Amino acid sequence: MGDILGLVGKRLGLGLVILFIISIIIFFMVELLPGDIAQAVLGQGATEENLAAMRKEMGLDQPAIVRYLGWLAGAVQFDFGSSIVTGKAVSAIIGERFVNTLFLAAYAAVIAVPIAIILGVIVALLRNSIFDRVANVATLTSISSPEFFLAYILILYFSIKWGMFPSNAKISDGMTLADLLYRTFLPALTLVLVVVAHMMRMTRASIISLLASPYIEMARLKGAPPWKVIVKHALPNAWAPIINVVALNLAYLITGVVLVEVVFVYPGIGQALVDAVSKRDFPVVQACCLIFAATFILLNLAADVGAILTNPRLRHPK
Amino acid sequence: MPKKKEVLLKIRNLKIQGYSDEQWVDIIKGVDLTLHRGEVMGLIGESGAGKSTIGAGAMGYARDGTRISEGSIEFDGMELTTATEAERRALRGSRIAYVAQSAAASFNPAHKIIDQHTEGPLQYRLQKRMEAQEDAMDLYERLRLPNPKEIGFRYPHQVSGGQLQRAMTAMAMSCRPDLIIFDEPTTALDVTTQIEVLAAIRDIVEQFNTAAIYITHDLAVVAQMADTIKVLLKGSEVEEASTEEMLSNPKEEYTKSLWAVRSFESPQKHRPKDGVPLISVKNVDASYSAGPKILNDVSFDIYAGMTVAVVGESGSGKSTTARCITGLLPPSKGEILFKGTPFPPDYRNRSKDQLRQCQMIYQMADTALNPKVRISEIIGRPAAFYSGLRGAALKNRVDELLDLIELEPSQYYNRYPPELSGGQKQRIGIARALAAEPTFIVCDEVTSALDQLVAEGILRLLDRLQDELDLAYMFITHDLATVRSIADEVVVMQHGRVVEQGPKDEMFTPPHDPYTDLLLSSVPEMDPNWLTTLLEERGVDNIGDAATAKL
Repeated sequence: MGDILGLVGKRLGLGLVILFIISIIIFFMVELLPGDIAQAVLGQGATEENLAAMRKEMGLDQPAIVRYLGWLAGAVQFDFGSSIVTGKAVSAIIGERFVNTLFLAAYAAVIAVPIAIILGVIVALLRNSIFDRVANVATLTSISSPEFFLAYILILYFSIKWGMFPSNAKISDGMTLADLLYRTFLPALTLVLVVVAHMMRMTRASIISLLASPYIEMARLKGAPPWKVIVKHALPNAWAPIINVVALNLAYLITGVVLVEVVFVYPGIGQALVDAVSKRDFPVVQACCLIFAATFILLNLAADVGAILTNPRLRHPK
Repeated sequence: MPKKKEVLLKIRNLKIQGYSDEQWVDIIKGVDLTLHRGEVMGLIGESGAGKSTIGAGAMGYARDGTRISEGSIEFDGMELTTATEAERRALRGSRIAYVAQSAAASFNPAHKIIDQHTEGPLQYRLQKRMEAQEDAMDLYERLRLPNPKEIGFRYPHQVSGGQLQRAMTAMAMSCRPDLIIFDEPTTALDVTTQIEVLAAIRDIVEQFNTAAIYITHDLAVVAQMADTIKVLLKGSEVEEASTEEMLSNPKEEYTKSLWAVRSFESPQKHRPKDGVPLISVKNVDASYSAGPKILNDVSFDIYAGMTVAVVGESGSGKSTTARCITGLLPPSKGEILFKGTPFPPDYRNRSKDQLRQCQMIYQMADTALNPKVRISEIIGRPAAFYSGLRGAALKNRVDELLDLIELEPSQYYNRYPPELSGGQKQRIGIARALAAEPTFIVCDEVTSALDQLVAEGILRLLDRLQDELDLAYMFITHDLATVRSIADEVVVMQHGRVVEQGPKDEMFTPPHDPYTDLLLSSVPEMDPNWLTTLLEERGVDNIGDAATAKL
């Protein structure tokens, strides 16, 4: 077990280093943009004196490196400064929205991951059959359609024609969980359709790639029925690539949902990011980017750890 | 030995086809086979003879990409070719079991050994889990596995190769089948471990009066195991006879040629009286990163134009020594001298001229040659890199090299490795090493993946090249027959140390170091009573790992 902890520790340390590098990139990319926050705030009314005074007030006259360190020191305590549009603390603006995004992502993941893996196992078992082809075409179709298009199709049928689910996923504080799940069903379903194909195809591919292994032939020659060969003998050795794809898709569910949130008017972090970009609200943009980067890193870390834990050679050293 | 003559397996005119180049071609061309209860039949032949395909066919199983196209397979009165898949599957594991070549690859890495063992009995509802586990432990004990009560609860990677192979035999026995197919069960093992597995298999087959088909390319092994031997060539039967008769009086020319293999012996050369060795390994210690010491004070000399065979079990440090000489693994202590002057330990610090002196030929030509690169480029690259040849000069050099390895240049110049046979690929590997114009070549188990007849061709070629180009070889092998045919001097290694070294004629005459003795006496001989005699001399508890441990 000591080995595993060491490996995990190493990966975690590496993740922190990457996050640090990303924070530098994010901060200085925003620096590179023409104009600065003072100009953005003052807009049309920017005169030389106003600008100078504003810069002094916001600390913009200091060298970039000093401001970066100040920003970083705040960021590690979840203090990302305050919005230049509303003046509210950035963490207050995105905190609640991030929780909403996480909720929607979790909702979609809880449906999508089991479906994808079970479907993947079934198509691996029935490979090259009609079912395999239909499942492949269907999931490929859903992955190749843009998510806003999928979203509108779903709205057309589920809410307009059949009236089963609301098209507007606006949520408020006092709602019960059942109510929340009902209101956010369509955006969750859209996301499920987008991510299932990728995970299912990886499950199928990584199982099939193992079918030529001697231990699979051995299982067959021991008289194990086909489903058992797949589920008991192939799947336990196929986890590593599957977990990686699952992690990438979970990251997508958190960071790539902008369009879906906009279509369904869902108050998530994607919408906040779009608003902030259009209003040049740099502190919010920076904070969102940093959160997205951290999400990616954490999920990949989780995938690495998962892959390590499913490898019996690492779990049970000699 | 008299056995009950009740027919268990009857194969008639079996034809199996394989799919290649978009069409079905016959790989088994009408083979008959009759096996009685309790009888052991040896199937021998070179690779591609169809031994394993027939073995799988006897279970009514066609591997992926093959199909049983014609003939009948009758197992205990049941016709397998017309049975449903479910009926055939119900026989597998319960009445016909299979033991694969590589136990390490054929045990599922994700499950404990005993869980894989009990899978059959549980599936066929023969035993409850606890009973099946008890039975497994009993079988482990009969097969003389260490800690029979505990070993099954380990994962496959936690157990050694020889032990895994015995655990796999135990697994095959789990449902007490009538027939077991042994598909080259000892080919991947060291000679010292092989004996242990052979003795265990023979014992258990006798104890339960199980019939067996024993597939191997090693005649000496099959002589120990089988009652009758069937010789196969390219999917057809050559001849079949009882083991004694087959050994003493083979009828067909092909069988005789198999028996006569290894007649090749290169005349032994001796060290020059005075002179500096070409390569000198001096007190070398080495380890991989922070791991344990792999080499411990290894020293030996290789003189120009001579062949030094380095023998020992897997893990004894043979290949690691080669990596130290070529500079791939800088030694942690000691040094490598070339004509008396030290070589920089790391290959990155060696000059082009130093690098060209040591070349490698690998065991698996399949993986050592890039399948997507033309032969001309594989051989041409080192020629261009070391000698700066270009254009017509380079082409001439490649042609010359192909001539040297006895492949027609115009025919092979533009081909890719997958289009060649195993022996031809190994020749390309040799040409690539020669392209650098070295004085010294490391041959790392270059013949172990090849059939005996092909291997002999490679040995002859290497011997000829040595005489023509005055090359020195370090010949890494675990096969003592190879040593006998090509070596001038022998170095025996065990646990990263040199146990014994000297000229070949001395090494093959007693007295020996006890380990060398063990190694030599473990090589199977054609005498069908060899194993029995050896077991009587040494006792069952004094073979394989046990004997090695006592040294």
